[in-house]
Amino acid sequence: MTDETTHALAFTPEDLPKGKGFFQPHRIVLMLIFASLVLTLAVFMRWDWLPRYLPKLGSGILVSLAMLFSTAIIGFLLAVPLGLAQVTGPWFLKAPARIFCTVIRGTPLLLQLWLLYYGLGSLFPQFPAIRHSFLWPYLREAWPYGVAALTISFAAYEGEVMRGAFAGVPAGELEAARAYGMGRWTAFRRIWLPRAVHRALPTLNGETVLQLKSTPLVATITVIDVYAVISKVRQETYLTYEPLLLLAAIYMCLTGILVVAFRYFENRIPTRGA
Amino acid sequence: MAADTFINWSLLSLSAPGWGGVLLQGFLHSIQIAIGGYALGLLLGIGGAFGKLYGGPVLRDLLECYTTIVRAVPELVLILLLYYAGTDLLNQLLGAVGFGSIDISGLVAGIFVIGVVQGAYSTEVLRGAIKAVPAGQIEAARAYGMSPVKVLRRITLPAMLPYAIPGLANLWLIATKDTALLAVVGFSELTLVTRQAAGATKAYFLFFCAAGALYLALTLVSNVFIGMIERHARRGFAEQR
Repeated sequence: MTDETTHALAFTPEDLPKGKGFFQPHRIVLMLIFASLVLTLAVFMRWDWLPRYLPKLGSGILVSLAMLFSTAIIGFLLAVPLGLAQVTGPWFLKAPARIFCTVIRGTPLLLQLWLLYYGLGSLFPQFPAIRHSFLWPYLREAWPYGVAALTISFAAYEGEVMRGAFAGVPAGELEAARAYGMGRWTAFRRIWLPRAVHRALPTLNGETVLQLKSTPLVATITVIDVYAVISKVRQETYLTYEPLLLLAAIYMCLTGILVVAFRYFENRIPTRGA
Repeated sequence: MAADTFINWSLLSLSAPGWGGVLLQGFLHSIQIAIGGYALGLLLGIGGAFGKLYGGPVLRDLLECYTTIVRAVPELVLILLLYYAGTDLLNQLLGAVGFGSIDISGLVAGIFVIGVVQGAYSTEVLRGAIKAVPAGQIEAARAYGMSPVKVLRRITLPAMLPYAIPGLANLWLIATKDTALLAVVGFSELTLVTRQAAGATKAYFLFFCAAGALYLALTLVSNVFIGMIERHARRGFAEQR
């Protein structure tokens, strides 16, 4: 029963403040206090390094976002067959899918990432066939390992979500599709998949935010994302807090933008009684 | 090294030339941090949930900021921030009082960091669970003349458990896996120890798979216990599915 509840922890659109009643007296006071706090931070902390690193920060953010979207999209495409195999597959598809999801969800992402990068990365050069293949220029880089690890992780978590979503589509709708004379593929394409995705959408949004929060791990295998840029700033300027605070602010902005965007898309899908 | 056979199992032996003992030591550290951080997070969560439900408007807004910030910023960044800021603030506080600085052990810092992160999540889980308790049950308790503390102890806390346990179980699993992130700040828990062992022996696959197996075992054993606890908490509920 614990499997279906991962999404309970995800960051969802409901967490953002609603427009009405937002400006109450105590909130205005709190906001003023926060504003003065931010102002003191801005005045009394050192920010002179900021202009020098701005271009690098920009490209770092782009790398993080590229990591997020590429892994989320590929991961989701993998998650659909994973979920489907667990719901309807024969045992020889069901069992591997289950094991895959359990193993990936049961081990830390950092460990998987390091296993791929240090493990496979140290194994590949031993095979001349791989060294001379067209893939080698990519396999020498760090980012393919990061993308692979993040994709696998997203696919495993999403596979569980999609399993629940596929299983949760009312049987009557599928029977109706069959009564209309739809083939299995048509019924899947027209009814089962869209309904499952619709059911899983809020969870998917939350998981995407969680995925954004996993991307800084790729900095530990020398991918230069925004986290790595900030680490470099910290090494070069010997500042502890300022870069980290900026980093936290950047991630909060990214999360906020993601959540607002998801809320917009979710509202575009008509739901009864919403 | 170990070129004669593909896998050199002796590297995992518990005594000195093998790294098994070191790995298990790191595993123990991970479990200690997970338990400590989870317990601290639960305390913060109970306080946070009650503050959010029954506190004044200012307290509620502050708690909202806490949970929103913690859930929007990556754990890795939070761990770095709290690790440096926490130790620094404590030392400055002690310096101001006149005690002089102390060395904070990695274990305490790790528990503190994981606890603060977990606190935000468990606040949300517990708040949802308390809100899911049917209002009539609490009203009935009040009608019986129970004091608020007694209502809490006899009705609210036991009645919310079935709703809270799936979320809390998830948090426990997240806590065990979040300990791996402490490797980045240099605390010698399982993941960092594994990396050191792998780097020293070049047997990357062996050690990372061994560590993965340990984490997986922890998860699976936890799942068994979670199932037992859940069945106990849900007794008297209609069985679902």
